[in-house]
Order: sequence, then C-alpha cells, then structure tokens
Amino acid sequence: MKRLAILLTIFLVAGCGWSGSDATGRGGKGTIEYWLWDSAQEPGYQKCADAFAAQNPGLTIHISQYGWDVYWQKLTAGFIAGTAPDVFTDHLAKFAQFADLKVLRPLDSLGPTSDLNDGDYQAGLAQLWKGQDGNRYGSPKDWDTIALFYNPASLSAAGVDPSTLSDLTWNPIDGGTFEKTVAHLTVDVNGVRGDQPGFDKTHVKRYGFGSDGGGGGWGQTQWSAFTGSAGWQATDRNPWGTHFNLDQPAFQQTLSWYFGLVRKGYMPTFQEIGGNNPIGPDKQIQSGMAAMALSGSWMLSTFSNLTDAAGKKLNIGIAPTPIGPTGKRASMFNGLADSITTLSKQPENAANWVRFLSGADCQNIIGRSGVVFPARPEGTQLAIDFNRDSRRLDVTPFTDQVTQKTTFLFPVTTNAADITALMIPRMDAVYLGDAPVSSLTTLNDQLNRLFEVAR
Amino acid sequence: MAVDIPTRRRAKPKDDTRLALLFIAPALLGFLVFMIWPALRGIYLSFTKFNLLTPPSFTGFDNYVRMVQDPVFWNALKVTVYYVAVNIAVQTVVALVIAVLMQRLTRRTWLRGIVLTPYLVSNVVAALVFLWILDYQLGIANKLIAATGLDRIAFLTDSTWVIPTIALINVWRHVGYTALLIFAGLQTIPETLYEAARVDGAGEITMFRRITVPLLRPIMALVLIITVVGSFQVFDTVAITTRGGPVDSSRVLQYYIYDMAFGRFQFGYASAMSVALLIVLVVITFVQYRLTRASSSDLA
Repeated sequence: MKRLAILLTIFLVAGCGWSGSDATGRGGKGTIEYWLWDSAQEPGYQKCADAFAAQNPGLTIHISQYGWDVYWQKLTAGFIAGTAPDVFTDHLAKFAQFADLKVLRPLDSLGPTSDLNDGDYQAGLAQLWKGQDGNRYGSPKDWDTIALFYNPASLSAAGVDPSTLSDLTWNPIDGGTFEKTVAHLTVDVNGVRGDQPGFDKTHVKRYGFGSDGGGGGWGQTQWSAFTGSAGWQATDRNPWGTHFNLDQPAFQQTLSWYFGLVRKGYMPTFQEIGGNNPIGPDKQIQSGMAAMALSGSWMLSTFSNLTDAAGKKLNIGIAPTPIGPTGKRASMFNGLADSITTLSKQPENAANWVRFLSGADCQNIIGRSGVVFPARPEGTQLAIDFNRDSRRLDVTPFTDQVTQKTTFLFPVTTNAADITALMIPRMDAVYLGDAPVSSLTTLNDQLNRLFEVAR
Repeated sequence: MAVDIPTRRRAKPKDDTRLALLFIAPALLGFLVFMIWPALRGIYLSFTKFNLLTPPSFTGFDNYVRMVQDPVFWNALKVTVYYVAVNIAVQTVVALVIAVLMQRLTRRTWLRGIVLTPYLVSNVVAALVFLWILDYQLGIANKLIAATGLDRIAFLTDSTWVIPTIALINVWRHVGYTALLIFAGLQTIPETLYEAARVDGAGEITMFRRITVPLLRPIMALVLIITVVGSFQVFDTVAITTRGGPVDSSRVLQYYIYDMAFGRFQFGYASAMSVALLIVLVVITFVQYRLTRASSSDLA
C-alpha cells in the first residue's frame, strides 16, 4: 500500500504540469488598467494617459506592455484568474473569439461610448469592430497597411534606381519585374548576383527579398500583398465568412511562386531567419541579410531608428507593394481598437478612457508621435506630416493604398485561436519545403470544419 | 480488579494512530487539495467541453474519440517518447560516469559543486542561452562550425536536429543533479568490497562492472523513475526554443496540451490528453518498478 501511495504521489506530481500566472498588480480605486503589446507605442499612449488624467481628476491610467507572443496568453490567463485589465488593445483576429467567450463588454451599453460615430474614422474601420450580434466591441484606434522597405545602399550597389520600385509587377509564372529586381539584388558570397551565371544559391550573402516567416496569420507581412493583388480573398465574405478559399488555384499558384523564391536562393530559408523565433525584416535589412522586405506601417518607427554596424543611422526607403495579375497593387488593411473587459469593476470610467483614446485629442497626440496611423483622418495626416518632416520618410506607399482603394480587409472570422494553431505549422511546412502547396487544400478542409463544429 | 489494570496496560501496545494522523494531517491536506482534487477534476473535465470561461458541458467520451483520431496527438506522443529516449539514455550514462569519477577519483567539494552548477540555472534561462549559442546565423556554435569550413547546422530549426538538440540541452542542465543522486547511492556501497576486490587483483573497470553496477541497482531504479517522469514533462525548453516547430517536429505532448488549453480554449480536450499522459506515466513507472526490482537490494 505504502509503495502504491508513493507511486501515486509521483504520478500526481507528474499530472500537474502547468502552474499559475503571476497576478497583475491592480491599482486602487480610480486607476484604470490598460494593456498594449507594442513597446514603440507606449510613450505615445502614456502622453494620452497623462492628458486624460489631467482632464479627469481622481482617475489615473496604468499602462502595462507585454510583447505580442505573451500578450494573448497573459490576457487569457487574466480572464480566467480575474486579473484581466479594464481596457486592452484588441486585434481583429482575436476579438470575435473574446466576444464569443463573453469577456468583452459591448461599448454601446456604456454611456460614454454609446454614441461613437463610424464616420469619424477612416472608411470601413469602425464597422469591423461590430460583432455578429450587432454590438460594438472595439473603438478604432489605428490602421495599418503593408509596403516594401528597402536599404537604398543595397539598391545603388546593384545599380537599381529606387524610383523603379513603384512600378514593379509580379505574376506567378515568371515573377515579372519584381522577381527580376529581387534576383538582381541578391548577391552570393562570391559577389555573383542572383541573375548572373554561376550564382551559388546555397551560399547567399544578401537576399534580394527578406522573409517574415511562413505567414500563419493570413500572410499579413508575408504573402498577402501577392495573393491580394492576384484577386484572392481568404473567405467567401468578410467579415464573418462561412467558407475558406485556400483551395483556390489563385492562392496556391501565388504561394507556390512566393515560396519558390526560397528555393531559388532569393529569399532566406526558415532556418536562416531563426525558425519560430525569427529575426524580423527590420533586422534582416539592418544586418545586410536582405536588401528589401515587406512589413507593416506599425514598423515605421522601428525602421527609422535602425543603425548600421558603426552605430550611424541607417538610411531606409519605402516603396509600394508590387502590382499583381489583376493590374492593381494590394495591401491588407488592418486596424486595432480598444476593448473593455467584463471583468472591469469600473466600466463607466473605462468607457470614458476608451472614448478619450478614440477621440481627436489622443489620436492627434499619437499622430504627432508618428508611431502608427491613427484611425481618425486628421490624426493620419499628422502622422504623414511627422514622418515627412522629422524622419524624412515618405509614407505615402502606405496611405496611397487607402486613398486609391487597393486595400482588402484582414479576414475576420470566429475560431481565431484554432485557425492560427492549425495554420502556422502547415504554412511553415510549405515554407520549409516539407509539404507541397497542394497540402493547403487539406488545411482548408480542416478550417472549414471549424465552422461546422458547434463550439 | 485494581491489580489487573497495570498488567493490561503493559500487554497492549500504546496506540499511536491518533498522533500519527495529527502529524500527517498537514501533508495529507495538501495532498488532497493540490493533488487529488485537481487530478479528479481534470479527469471529470476530460469528459466535458470546457472553454475555461463558461460552464463545462458533459460530452461523454467525445474528447477521447477525438484524441484517438487526432494525428497531431499521436505525433506528439511519438516525439515525446523520442525525446525521453535520447534524454534519459545520454543523461543516465553521462551521470553514472560523472558520479563514479567523483567517487573514485576526487573528494573535492568544489568539484562536486561545479558539477551541480547547471542545475542552478533555471530551465528558461538555459533554453534562452542555448537558443543564442545554437542560432543558425548569429550563434557562436555555428560561427565555430562555419570557421572550420563545415556547413552550418540548423540545430533548433531543422526537423532532424531539433529533438536531439533539446534533449541534450536538458541533459546539460540535469546531468549534474542526476550524477549527485547516483553519487549518494555510491556512498552506500561499503569500501570494504572494493578493498577485497583490489586484494583479489581486480582493476577499476572490473570493480565498476562487478561491484558498482549491481549494488547501485536500487538507486539507479529510483533515479530512472524520477528522471523518466520528469523527462516526459518537457515543456519549458520547447516553449522557449521552438514552440513546437519546425512544423510539428518538437510538438511534445505537454506543449500540445498547454496550447490546446490556454491557446485554443479547449480545456476539455486538453484534460483528456493529460489523462492519457497520466496513464502512460503510470504504466511506464509500474513496468520500470517491476523490471528493476527497485525496492530490494543485493547488498544483504
């Protein structure tokens, strides 16, 4: 018996693997807990918090920042343990699930946020944050698009005129002028360029085109600009699609060409970027590993603060995404919003803060700091001005996508967590070359089954 | 009658049960609250659909049926067993060698201290440090490999290398501790046996094979049970270095369970897989216990 008891103890210790999250220190009465994930945005929002506190005596904002990877896990743990913040920065990919889990408070039900006006924001942004039940779960704070960042020094070394980048075209057959440019920008260790005879694709010094991974999050900074300009949509309708389109030829041909750039030695491999702990496109360009790479407008301040090996400021240029088979360019259009949790013990105060965050005062503060494009057009213009005057950066490759209506929306669906968990390994397998692009048809079936399984 | 009482007292041994219960009560309470109750609740939840935030609904054996049909689960089990095999095999052999060396060659405390040092580093820190050392582009290990003219090795980003690499990272961290456990066992072997053997003309290797190994069996059995159970629960190293990748090649069972519960809100299914892991561990430990006759010694 004793032996059995000892054994049982060992097994039960074995059974209890995961333990505890550290509880967030919650402020006293009148302190609103606010979470965000982008450290670059924290100083700007601290200014908003200070302005809010000045206007609302007795109320203070405590901001906590956690990196993207742990942010959502901490938030989930916070919902379970009752330590979630009053207000948090929410993402389109996630809010539907949280709304289903009933941890978000409809903003319409709270006085200060009951009369948010869709027309105050860039067209289409505010509507995205309405759930299938018609309630509003987020107040728009910013928006983002995708563009091509490049190192002008790498371009001039290859004799490529930066102005030609805005006319690049691509197609899934031969890659068009985009692939020609990428090939020419690629240099192997012997100094042979990717479009020259004798190019050694297994020993590349600088890739023409950087990589941000397999694109398990709908390829936002990876392949979405290509699939989008090939006319492909991830779901039958958006938001709240009921069927996925990963089995369509337009998608699979585009991805076959896109990941083919890896096989040709024009884009770094999964291993080279560090697998699931990747070095981002910013560091790839900074280190000279890549000449150009796609990234989002939220990375503007990161890119503009890059330095070279000598510690000098690195010159950076921005070009629009290439024009695709549809004859147009395309960019995913995503937006963030602030959501209020049902765990908040002071929802009216929280709603006041959210109203302030989505108001002109705060969004103009954010616009003047140039970190992101605020959701209000006036704030957007301030951000454009700041980048032009202070950073000498022309950010119109990002904003033109909106004014020229070449954007498509981030796919908003239910079951976001399952979609991500299923997509990431399958996209990585294609990136690695372990699985053919046609394997994504199986993934598509799995994703479609998620709609059938009542949760 | 008055005469009988002391006699009867002497005849009946004093009953310590109540006192004993009092003494084990705190431990028993902790055992019930923190071990038995969560385990029972976990088993209950494995028969439900539960997203952590709304009440669970009973679904019978649905989660178990799904588990049997889930290729990622079977792959996770395979990957975990592979990890345990590499981890335990290397760790046990190296630990045994270190322990014998400590016993036979040196008595210096500081040397024993050094052997234990990696164990003082937390798993997460060890994983982070090795993540950098082994990085494909920037890691010092790959810089050295490249300097010798060989091709770089994608230790943590290649499906062939990833599990052996993680297993060896954990060997590095745990081998000192395991060696110390074995070393403690070596201390129980009487020195007289070695003296007698030496008189008979036995060398170090013969003494190791004929004396050390047989007499160490009960300790080795215990060490194996503890390390195998611990090894099956590999999680933090995977979470830090690979997050289960590339693709599913390091998606060990614990990581899959964690992701299912806290990433995908499927606590019921995650509980079912936890129960499966519990059963696997019970079976393995029982078999180990039987095979190694851990509770008996050859020393008598």
